[in-house]
Amino acid sequence: MTVQASLSGNGQELTIKVDGRFDFSAHQEFRDAYESLEAEPQSFVVDLGGTSYLDSSALGMLLLLRDHAGGDSADVRIVNCNQDVRKILTISNFEQLFAIQ
Amino acid sequence: MVKEGIRILIADDNSTDRMLLSRIVRNQGHQVIEAENGAEAVELFQQQRPEMVLMDVMMPLMNGKDAAKKIKALAGEELVPLIFLTSLTDAQSLADCLESGGDDFLSKPYNNVIIQAKIKSFSRMRDMQQILQQQRDTIATNNEHLLHEQHVAKAVFDNVAHAGCLSAPNIRYIVSPLSIFNGDVLLAARKPGGGMHVLLGDFTGHGLPAAIGAMPMAEIFYGMTSKGFALRDVLREINLKLKGILPVGFFCCAAVVDMNFDRGHAAIWMGGVPDCVLLRANGERIELKSSNLPLGVLSNEQFNDTLDDYVMEVGDRLLMWSDGILEARNADGKMFGEPRLKQVLDDSSSVDQVFDGIHRALDQFMGGSQRDDDTTLIELQMTDEQALEAYLPDLRSGPIAGPVDWHMTYRMESHTLRHFNPLPLLMHIMMEVPGLRVMGGELHTVMAELFSNAFEHGVLGLDSSLKSSPQGFMEYYRQREQKLQQLIEGYVEVRMRHDGDGHGGKLLIEFEDSGPGFDYKSLPIAEERTGSDDTQYCGRGIPLLSSICERLTYKGRGNQVEAEVHWPQATSRRE
Repeated sequence: MTVQASLSGNGQELTIKVDGRFDFSAHQEFRDAYESLEAEPQSFVVDLGGTSYLDSSALGMLLLLRDHAGGDSADVRIVNCNQDVRKILTISNFEQLFAIQ
Repeated sequence: MVKEGIRILIADDNSTDRMLLSRIVRNQGHQVIEAENGAEAVELFQQQRPEMVLMDVMMPLMNGKDAAKKIKALAGEELVPLIFLTSLTDAQSLADCLESGGDDFLSKPYNNVIIQAKIKSFSRMRDMQQILQQQRDTIATNNEHLLHEQHVAKAVFDNVAHAGCLSAPNIRYIVSPLSIFNGDVLLAARKPGGGMHVLLGDFTGHGLPAAIGAMPMAEIFYGMTSKGFALRDVLREINLKLKGILPVGFFCCAAVVDMNFDRGHAAIWMGGVPDCVLLRANGERIELKSSNLPLGVLSNEQFNDTLDDYVMEVGDRLLMWSDGILEARNADGKMFGEPRLKQVLDDSSSVDQVFDGIHRALDQFMGGSQRDDDTTLIELQMTDEQALEAYLPDLRSGPIAGPVDWHMTYRMESHTLRHFNPLPLLMHIMMEVPGLRVMGGELHTVMAELFSNAFEHGVLGLDSSLKSSPQGFMEYYRQREQKLQQLIEGYVEVRMRHDGDGHGGKLLIEFEDSGPGFDYKSLPIAEERTGSDDTQYCGRGIPLLSSICERLTYKGRGNQVEAEVHWPQATSRRE
């Protein structure tokens, strides 16, 4: 499991990529990815292209990110989910809170 | 950090060698215990428990190797370094010393510096071993302490989140706790007016955080259900509570059911749980999907409390489970998964085998490996209300006896009307009557409708026909705001009277306003009811009002209305 964060050229968008199992072990790394920033990005992208599995504590981390990004006005997109990951997001009805692509 | 002087047992049958070594060791500040053979060495070790042993390999009565084994056995888990003394120099003999339980060897003739270095080094090792053991013991003690505390807390938890009526004959369930506290919660309670509320919850994580969230949830669920609150109100309250107490990122996935046995239907709310299955007695299968976010995520303004209604015949079943079932992993790390579950559903020849089938399939799949999540499964069967009579709470006992014969008048003048919404207060008074709590939602509708008619049309004189177009709708509220600001006189008076005996009752609600009234005689006439002199009219476009109220009557110039509500309501009236 690895978490990589990259800021867009203009510092407006932060992309967080999670590889492997996205579970509680990613907790600290995932939070560091957006909390330790100098910049204040306007939008966030969570790239789950390399994520094989995600559990409810990962859902919790996504909620934390959303909260950090402004709660109801947050611009957080979740992209490249495989079928299993997408299913878990759908069961939890997270499309009501995030743009899932 | 080597302690000053330790006690060292020196065993050697050659007295010259023994005395020589003893002197060297004493000169380095240690105490010496001397033994002349292996048997004596074992005996002295037992008596005096020295901290280190230097032992000759070849001795009479018991050779060094045998003595070493015995001493090591006596030492148990205490580390007693044992160093063989030997004049042998070939590698195999030296290796044999270590094989037989020695930790090291010293070659004769002795070298002071080496002896000192070895004693020091083994003392350090001994100290380290002791620290390790102390830490291990501390951890064990703490763990025991923690487990004990958890047991006590669990006893409290079980009293709060008790099983309710899970033992009712129409319910079957399995819960396998992973730890003392389980992230899964299963609650079931009978409603005062018959029927049942059931909640299956799965908190993020398990252990303490889950238990802390589960306790208020159970408290609200049982408390509000026994007081007759509608499931939507219970859900809202739980959501509000969890949102308030759980940190962001913690929530509770849940499936919540309102079973109505009289009318043969179930209303279901699902948030974040895997698909449930409605199994018809004839084998038909309907999959129900979560359409909401879990509890504790959204604020109550955004929370959706809509329930989905399903008609259920006697013998139909509702099957619900937590994701622990789907994610249960066997020894090879494979998940049980949805396909296997579906397979069981497909393979079951009749509906009453499904529950056992899933249970069996899960056990076979797991093959005794440790479950890494909580696996909860529950089956609810539609049944007759009579079958559950033993599980009905007694309306007359304990906290659900309430006021039964009372009346009140509450008159609001213009200042109050401008700033105050009386509905919560009036609802609160009504909700003290156990039999009315069951109809809380419907009564709220009645009160809200009657109050807004009296206030908006009567006192403010707004024309309801405005509301028929979107533009008019906006205009209506613009005018309402404007007239509210200009309001200087007017009143709304609410009179309520309740008569009953605790088994049934009659509530009379009257609204009177200062407005000009309206020509109610031209309203479409509802069905005549016998035994009443007044002409019956439907409320203004609210068919629900007439379905809830026994009678609804406009009086005077149209500025007075009477609504009569009876409880318990005949079930046929509540379609």
